[in-house]
Amino acid sequence: MVLVYIDHQDNQIKKSTLEAVSYGAALAKQLGTEVHGLLLGSVNDDLATLGAYELKNVYQMNDAALAHFDAQVFVKTIAAAATKVGATTIVFSHNQTGKALCAGVSALLKAGLVTGAIALPNTSAGFVVKKSVFSGKAFANVSIQTAVKIIAISPNSYKVVGGASAAATTTPLDIAVTAGHVKITAVHKTSGEISLTEADIVVSGGRGLKGPENWGILLDLAKELGAATACSRPVGDAHWRPHHEHVGQTGVQVAPNLYIAIGISGAIQHLAGVNRSKTIVVINKDPEAPFFKAADYGIVGDAFEVLPKLTDAIKKMKASA
Amino acid sequence: MKILVCISKTPDTTAKIAFTDGAKKFDESGVQWIINPYDEWYALVRAIELKEKDPATIIHLITVGGADAEPIIRKALALGGDEAIRINTDSADSFSIAAQIAAVAGTEKYDLIFTGKETIDYNGASIGGMLAALIDAPYIPLATSFNIEGTTATITREIEGGEEVVTVNNPVVVSCQKGVAEQRIPNMRGIMAARTKPLKVVEPAAVEALTSIESFELPATKAGVKLISPDNVEELVRLLHEEAKAI
Repeated sequence: MVLVYIDHQDNQIKKSTLEAVSYGAALAKQLGTEVHGLLLGSVNDDLATLGAYELKNVYQMNDAALAHFDAQVFVKTIAAAATKVGATTIVFSHNQTGKALCAGVSALLKAGLVTGAIALPNTSAGFVVKKSVFSGKAFANVSIQTAVKIIAISPNSYKVVGGASAAATTTPLDIAVTAGHVKITAVHKTSGEISLTEADIVVSGGRGLKGPENWGILLDLAKELGAATACSRPVGDAHWRPHHEHVGQTGVQVAPNLYIAIGISGAIQHLAGVNRSKTIVVINKDPEAPFFKAADYGIVGDAFEVLPKLTDAIKKMKASA
Repeated sequence: MKILVCISKTPDTTAKIAFTDGAKKFDESGVQWIINPYDEWYALVRAIELKEKDPATIIHLITVGGADAEPIIRKALALGGDEAIRINTDSADSFSIAAQIAAVAGTEKYDLIFTGKETIDYNGASIGGMLAALIDAPYIPLATSFNIEGTTATITREIEGGEEVVTVNNPVVVSCQKGVAEQRIPNMRGIMAARTKPLKVVEPAAVEALTSIESFELPATKAGVKLISPDNVEELVRLLHEEAKAI
C-alpha cells in the first residue's frame, strides 16, 4: 500500500498535499496497489473529496496530543501507523512539514528515504527515484534498497491530477500517542503573501532595483500576476527584503511555472535555486548579465521603465480575455 | 552546557558540477572544498555565540568522513569549538551518517545538537531529523533564531507562509538556517589555536546504508533566450500567454 501524509494548516489541506496524493495515486497504479492517506488531527475540508485525486481512504487520528505540531510525536505516530496499516511506500511533500517528519520516520522504520524527489520512481529494475542535487545544478538517481520506502516529493514538481468521480472513505485509527516536549508560544503569519515554494509564479528582484523603496513596481507586477515575491541574496543580506524571500543555493529553492527575474545578474548560486522553473523571464539592463543564458525570454532594458509597462500589458490582456 | 555541531564537507558554491565514471561519481578534480555553508554560518557560529555568553559551554564538532575531511574540520575549529570528532568512514547515505553520529551522541549526552538545514551537495535535509529520531530527542527544523535560558530553548522556525515560536527543554536537535547567526571570518588567533585543538578519530559503528546513488544527470540546456524589445512588452505577454502558457 502507498500511504500519503495529509499535511494541513489552519484546518485546510495544503496544495502540496494534493500534489503528494496525485503522485501517490500514480505510484500505486504503477505498483499495482492502493493509495491511502494518513491524517493526524482534523481539517474543515470534506475528506471524501480526496477521492477526486484517486485516494481510496484516509486513516485519521484525532488524538488531542496531535492538535499541535511536534515533530518527535508526529514521527513516532506516523511510523507506528504506517506499520499498522501495512504501508510499503510512504509519500510526503518535501515542504516545511515534510522536512520535519520524513527523515525521522525513515530512521525509525529503517526505511530508505529520497527527499526532494521530482519524478515517479523507475521500477523496471529495483526502485530508483530521481531527485535534485547540488542545489538544482544536477539530478541524482537514487536506489532505495529497503522493503519499506519513503519518498518526499519536491513542491511544484508533480502536477495535481483531479477529476476522478470516486469518494474517499475515512477510517479512524487508534494508536497510542506519546506526550511531546515542544510548546508553541506564537505563530507569525506573513499575511496576504503567497507561499514562495507553492507559488505558480514568482517575481524576484535584485540589486538592479537599487533600494527597498523601489520595490513598489515589483509588488504591483506580482499582485497583477497573483505571484509570490522573492529576491537575490545581496538584497536579503542588505535587509531590503525579509530573508525568507532569498532564493538561491543558500536560500529557498523554487520550481514555479514562471520565474521573472528583475535586476538580478544571475550568479551561479542564484541560478541553482531557480533553474527548475519551467519558464524564466529575465529583465536586466546589462545585456551581458549571465542570467540571459538561463532564460527563455529576456528584455534588455531599464526595470523602472519596463515593469510598469509590463504590469499594464498584463492588465489589458486579462481584461480582453 | 554541551553542544554538538554537525559539520559536512561540500564543494564550493561556485564549483563546476561534473561527473565521471559513467556519470556514477561526482568529478572532484579541481574542486575547492568548504564547510557546508548552513553548518558553518548558522549552526557553528550560533554555538560559538552561546559559548561567548557562557564560557563554561563545551562545543564538540563532528564529521563523518575519511582523512580528507580533516582540513575542513580544522577550518571549523579555527572559527571556534573545543574539540572535533571525525568518524572514520566514507559517508554512504543520510541514514548511515545520522546513525554514526547517533552512536557518538548516545554516549556523550549533548544538551544541544545543531545541524545546518541541508547540505548544498546532496540537499537531503535529513541528518537532523534522523538523528533526533535515533536518540529520541525533540527536533526543531529550519530554525531562524535560537536562544536558551537555563535548560529552556526558545526557537523560531520557518513554517509555510510564516514562522512559529516554540519552547522546548534540552536536549534538542535543531537544524539551522539564515537568521540564526551571521557569517564570521576566522582570525589568525583562531587559526593558530585550531592547530592544537584535539581532533579525535573514532572508528565507525556497524551501520548499513538504506539507499545508494545509481547515477547523476545534468539538466538539459536551454534552447536559448528569446529577446524582446523593451518597447514591446505586449509581445512578451503574448508569448507568455500563448507560447509558454505560463500566464
